[in-house]
Parts: sequence; structure tokens; C-alpha cells
Amino acid sequence: MAPAIELTGITKRFPGVVANDDIHLEVAEGEIHAICGENGAGKSTLMKILYGMQPPDSGTIRIRGEAVALNSPAQAIDLGIGMVHQHFMLADQLTVLENVILGAEPMRSLGRIDFQTGREHLDEVGRAYGLDINAHDLVETLEVGERQRVEIIKVLYRGAKILILDEPTAVLVPQEVDELFRNIRELKAGGATILFIDHKLDEVLEIADTITVLRQGRTVGTVKPDEVTAHDLAEMMIGSELPVPDAGASTVTEEAALELSGLRVAGEGDRAVVDDVTLSVHRGEIVGIAGVEGNGQAELVNAIIGIQDPDQGVITLLGRDITHVSVRHRREMGLGYVPQDRHRDGLLLGFTLWENAALGHQTEKPYSRGPWLSRPGMRGRANRIKEDFDVRSPNIEVSAHALSGGNQQKLIVGREMVADPAVLIANHPTRGIDVGAQAAVWDDIREARSRGLATLLVSADLDELIGLSDTIVVMLRGRLVARLDPNDVTPRDLGAYMTGAALEAERTGGNS
Amino acid sequence: MARAARERSEQEREIGDWDPVTERLTHRLMLASAAPTAAVVIAVVLSSIVLLISGSNPLAAYADMVQHASKLETQVDILNRATPLYLSGVAAAIGFRMNLFNIGVEGQYLLAFIVAAHLGAQIEVPSVLHITFILVIAMAVGGAFSGAAGVLKVTRGVNEVISTIMLNAVVISGLAAWWIVAWQAGGEISATGGRVGTEPIAESGLLPDINSWLEVFTREIGLGKKLTGVLVVAVVVGVVYHVILNRTVFGFDLRSSGANPTASHVGGVSPKRMVVIAMTLSGAVAGLVGMTELMNTGYYPSNPISLLGFTGIAVALLGRNHPAGVGVAALVFAFLDVSSGILQISGAASREIVEIMKGVIILTAVIAYEVVRRMREREEAAAAAAAMASSPAAAS
Repeated sequence: MAPAIELTGITKRFPGVVANDDIHLEVAEGEIHAICGENGAGKSTLMKILYGMQPPDSGTIRIRGEAVALNSPAQAIDLGIGMVHQHFMLADQLTVLENVILGAEPMRSLGRIDFQTGREHLDEVGRAYGLDINAHDLVETLEVGERQRVEIIKVLYRGAKILILDEPTAVLVPQEVDELFRNIRELKAGGATILFIDHKLDEVLEIADTITVLRQGRTVGTVKPDEVTAHDLAEMMIGSELPVPDAGASTVTEEAALELSGLRVAGEGDRAVVDDVTLSVHRGEIVGIAGVEGNGQAELVNAIIGIQDPDQGVITLLGRDITHVSVRHRREMGLGYVPQDRHRDGLLLGFTLWENAALGHQTEKPYSRGPWLSRPGMRGRANRIKEDFDVRSPNIEVSAHALSGGNQQKLIVGREMVADPAVLIANHPTRGIDVGAQAAVWDDIREARSRGLATLLVSADLDELIGLSDTIVVMLRGRLVARLDPNDVTPRDLGAYMTGAALEAERTGGNS
Repeated sequence: MARAARERSEQEREIGDWDPVTERLTHRLMLASAAPTAAVVIAVVLSSIVLLISGSNPLAAYADMVQHASKLETQVDILNRATPLYLSGVAAAIGFRMNLFNIGVEGQYLLAFIVAAHLGAQIEVPSVLHITFILVIAMAVGGAFSGAAGVLKVTRGVNEVISTIMLNAVVISGLAAWWIVAWQAGGEISATGGRVGTEPIAESGLLPDINSWLEVFTREIGLGKKLTGVLVVAVVVGVVYHVILNRTVFGFDLRSSGANPTASHVGGVSPKRMVVIAMTLSGAVAGLVGMTELMNTGYYPSNPISLLGFTGIAVALLGRNHPAGVGVAALVFAFLDVSSGILQISGAASREIVEIMKGVIILTAVIAYEVVRRMREREEAAAAAAAMASSPAAAS
């Protein structure tokens, strides 16, 4: 039997980046096939190609043995390919049924919607795949896991036999993940083929029949879960030839630059998303924060830089209480910030590089003098950043969106570093950038550390955390649950702490 | 000797560095002016087609318009019309720069107009003080009224388009109508013999015309035409707008917050604060729009010149929110408005043709700007990619 999906030699380039480089992938009919890889490995691009959202530059796509050219999601849907996006696309004020049929409404005469037929078809799909949902519930009343089920049903309703699930577990709590996996197995039993994108290794090993690993836009290999361990997979994902971050000799001093004490940030419904966090970062020290995304790291960072007000606790910068000080004042006091999402939080995409080089520091010299901007100062700094931090650009007059992701990131890191901050908050500083830029960013942070910079590093890249940090703390459900020495912790141990498994083991171990 | 040579070569390098900059500048300037020029040319072509269809001779109509506009008195009319349009355009542009759509310039200027007219008539002080008082009142009223919409937006999440439209209704059919009844003590005599309009402001409160300034360069202005002194105020507003926007930290904050509020927030600019400030400034400039008429007549009449606020949005759009661009756009619109009169008199074409031209100019301008923007974006992306490819291998 021909495989459900066969990709050969898929290549996709973006300005300055090869997102997919000669990718080969074969997915058998009726299997659960996981695609893993780090952020920026090219998973999303590959799935967008398969779903017709972006045409590949070269290579062939075969669906059930037939070569096809996918130019739009509509075509993919016609071929029975459906995609469940990580971010749900549902209308809260409509019922499950209305959401499911939206855009594919069965019609009666005079343009009336045939809800009856829609309902019957929905129930049929639910029965066939063992997905349980009440068609008349309002979507706004549903839990996250249930909403995801609606998304899956929406795709099945349109006749999809091949389902692409884009990081489906990222938004779920563990119990919901179990439920999702049960549903996925039901889907398989119902005859569907599942393409499952994930970077959480234990999940992949648990659910997948076959695993394909991507790295730097290339296929590293395809394996069976019973042949490999999570450690093997991690090595495949990261690759031994990649530059390994290494902090070198310790430069930690006794002088605390940033101190958090009893910090609490309330989320929706007054639930603490950051709960009683006490932490200090010394001059010359890099403190890494490990944790599964969504465990309060974002809110912690927001509280430190000042865009989210903590409701309890004290933040001290260089000995001064800054808990309720404005963002601008914190920046002027020497707080640097490399954001996680550079397009949203770091750049003015339509502005020139020299204007971007001043963003966040516009009140400081040499960018301005008093209330007046200094254009020579801004241009001069921008040129220095371009040279010293190797920002590849024809000149500093182009707008920021012309640069590749890695160069944008180098511009941001350079901007923060030339301001000579006392404390740097680096939030996923190397996410989604190429290896060369990644190594450059690591070098910059290390170099500043030796000059006495205190860095708080939040990252999902465990090797980055272990390699760069002087101390690692693990954040779980808003709390700091472990403090580890990077010299004697492996990514695997760290993973166990991040999911809470290690703590449970310690507890039961201590009791017995 | 060696040092002199080195210095010379450094100088040369500096000049060498400058060359591409000026070249880029002229290139940018060409790109920037290409769009509006194309818009006007296309508008003329399309209008000609409309004129031909409606049985008029386009050449005759344009000849009438140009000939009329070449008269000094007409030019005074155009400047008098362009002055409030420019102020209104700048008011809208300030909002646009912060990504706000202040559609309430109309209500803001009418409210500022009537309050300034009423309060200005209550006092009699030396001229400079009196004029300043009236202008400050107008700006304060416009600013406060518009700022209220900003406060609503940041505290209650009310979209400024909705709130300013509603506030327009409050002013235009509410407050102004009510106050003009309460304050009608002067102004023109209505058909029934009653007075309709606020009490006239004393001579000391009226900004004098600046005919003599223009007459330095030209002959004497005839037909009793007066070039409004508010033109000077408008020019000052334009210069201040340019300097604040492009040369100050505050202007950078405003532009960055408008372009990307989250990145700007992370960079130390509170988006809420900027929304309130931008709305207030926009309203303050809007408050000056009615001053051209007030300084000319001295009172708020029963039917003030209206719709300047809405036209200002189009003027800002055509002028790309740029201080000089808005000025050119205001002149184009003023020229068209004034020309509509001569077309009616000469009978060369229907006066409504200028409304069609305005619409077409805006439409083509929006399209042309977008085309140019994409061209520039592609050019830059290509240049950046080339820079990456040509520089030594990536830091690996």
C-alpha cells in the first residue's frame, strides 16, 4: 500500500534562512507519526507546506501515492488533510455545532442552514472516532481540552483522514494530555493517520508509532519508539556537532544585582501564576530558569521588567526597591531585556535600524540629550552595534523587517549590551535563530558576564541552560521548586524536575 | 606628512560615506513623491473621462480652474480655505501616528469654536492677551474633549472611533444647538429678525489679516479679500508638529508606541499614557480649526463652516501624516474647493466634478502609497539578503 504521505527533497528558503533543506518523510496509512525537533528546526514550515499554506521551493509531495501540488489549505482539505492549529480558531459565542459547520454549512433551500443534517453528520463523526462532545454547548463554557476536541472534530467533519496536530499538548495540563492521547488512539482505530508535532520527548515516546527528527531544517532520522530512549532522541534533536554553550570559569561575585523576594503575580481569577518567588542574581552570575512553558516564567519576566504589576513581594535592582517603578526608570537604572518574541516585543519592524537601536534607550545618551533626540548619536550607536555584533545588513537605513531573524536578534542583543546594563533579562534569547547567530548571542552574554553582568536566563533549550548558567532554578506551577548545579545535572534530570516527576520521586523516596 | 595623508584619506572616506546616503535620500525622496504625483495624474485622467461622459470639455474646465487660481484674490481664498484644512489634517495625523482614528475633529473644533467665541466676547483686554486667551481656550476645549475619548479608551476599552463619533453627535446636534440659543446675543440677523450667533468679540480679540505680508511680494489684494492671520498659527503648528515628532524623545515615544505598542511598552513607553496624550494633542490642534472663521467674523454663527473635520482625515491620508505633505494636501483640496465655484459660474462643467476628483485622488493615493511601500520593502529585503550572502561565512 502506498504511504499516506510521502515527501521527497522538500526545500524551502526564506530570505537568509533555509527553513527546510531536502526533507524526506514517509508516513504510513493509519499510523501516529511524530515530528520532533527544536524550535526553529523547521517543523512548522514543513507542516505549512503540507497543509498548502506555503509552496515548497523544490521537492515533491505524494498523497496516497499521487504527486500533488498544494497551493491552498482548501486543496489540502479536498485531499483529506486537516490541520489542528496550536492556537484555537473558534468563535466563543457560538455552539459546538455552529463552530463545526462554520464555513462548511449544509444548506437547505432559500439559503437556510440545515442544522439537522449538520447535527447528524457531527454525531456520526463523533461516534466513528470515539470523540465525545455535546453539540449544543457554547464554546465559551468549554475547557481547553474540550475546545481542542472541537477543533479536531471540525477537521474530521470536513472529511480529513490525515490529521496534522501542531504541538497539541502545549496548552494542556497533564490530565488533559492523557485524554488527548486516548482520543488520538481512537482516531487511529477509526482509520485516521496522525501527524503529531511535539518537542516533549516523553510524550512522543508514549504516543507515536514512528518518530522523525528534524534539525536545522534537515531530517536527521526516522526511528521507532521502542528502539530509542528520550536521551537518544534529545541527542538527535540537538546534534553533537552543534556548538555547546559553555560558561567557562565562574565569575560570580558576592554582590547581588537583582533580588526578588516573595514575589507573587496574580493571573486570571486571582490564581497565583507566580507564587512566592525568592531569588537573587549576583554580579557576574547567570541564573537559568528552567520550566515547561506556561509555568509562570513569562509573568515573572513581565513583573521584573515592569509591564505587569506584582501583587505581593519586592523586586530590588542594585539595592533599590523597584517593585512599582516605571519600565522606563528601570531601563535607565540598568535593566536590559532581550524579549522572547522579537517581532512583538523587541522591534519596530517598519522603522530603520538606527531607530530600532535606540528603542528602550531613547532617553539615554548618546541617543538623546534632554528632551531632544540626537540623530548622529543614534546613527553612531547603530553603526557600532552593526559592526561589533555582526549584524548583517547593507546599512543602518534599511528597516528592521528586511533582516533575517538571527540578525534581528543580534541587533536586539547588541542594543541591550552596548547600553552596558547591570542586569540582563534574557528571555529565550536564541529561540528560532540559526546556529551561527546562536553561538554569537552566547558569546555576547558570556563576555558581558565576565565584565560583571548579572543575567537571568529563561530558556526552553536545556543545553543552553546547563551550558551557560552558574545556577539553575526550576519553575513549576509558578513556584521555584528546585535549585540545581549545572555541573552535575543532565538535560534528562532537568526534564524530570520540570515535569515535577523528580520531586515526586524524592518525596516517595524519602517516605519509604 | 603621513598624518596629513591619513587625515586626508579619512576625510575622503567620510565624503565617500556620505555619497550613498545622499543618493539613498534622493532615491527615497523620489519614491516618496512618486505616489502622490501618480495619484494626481491618475485622478486628472479619470476626472477627464467623467467630464467627457457628462458632455463637458475637460480641457476647458481645467483651463478655467487654472486661470481662476492664477488670480491673486483666488490664491487668498485658497490659502484661507487651506488653513483650517491643514490644522484639521494635522489633528487627524497626530492621531494616526499613534494608530488612533480621531474621527471627532469635527465635533472638537465646533465645540472649541463656540466656547472660545462665547468666552472671548466676555472680556476686553489688550490685544495680544485677548487673542492668546481665545486660542488657548479653543485648544484647551478641543484637547479636553478629545482627551476624554482617550481616557475612555484606556480605562474602559471604548474604541476611539465609536466614542468620538458619539461625541460629535453630542456637540453638533446637542451642545452647539443649545448654547447658540442660550448665547445668542449677536451675529447676523435671521429672516425673522432675531439675532442668531454668539455675541461678537471685541476688535482686540481678533487676529488681524496678513494682507500686508503678502503684498510685499505682490500687488495690492483687491475685492476686499483678507488673508487670515491664522495661517501663521497653522505654519507654527506644522513646524512644532514636525520638530516634536521627529526631533524629540517624546515624538519617538509617540511614533514607536503607534507602530508597535507592546515593543514600545517593553522599551519604557506606557501605551495608555501615549493614547491619552495623543488624543489630547490631536484635539488641541483640532480646536484651532474654527479659528479661521472666528478671527474673520468675530462670532459663532448659526451655520458655521462645517465638515472641515472629516475633510481633514482625507487631507492627512493624502499627506501621509507628514507635516509638509499634509500642507500640500490641504492646498490641493483647497484649490479644488475654490475651483468648484468658478466651474459653476463659467459653466464649463458641473461643480460636483471636484468632489469626484477629491475622491479619486484619495483612492489612487492610497493604492499608490501601498505599491511604493511594497517596492521599498522588496528592495530592502533584497539588499539585506545580498549583504548576508556577500559577507564572509556566518560566524560558525
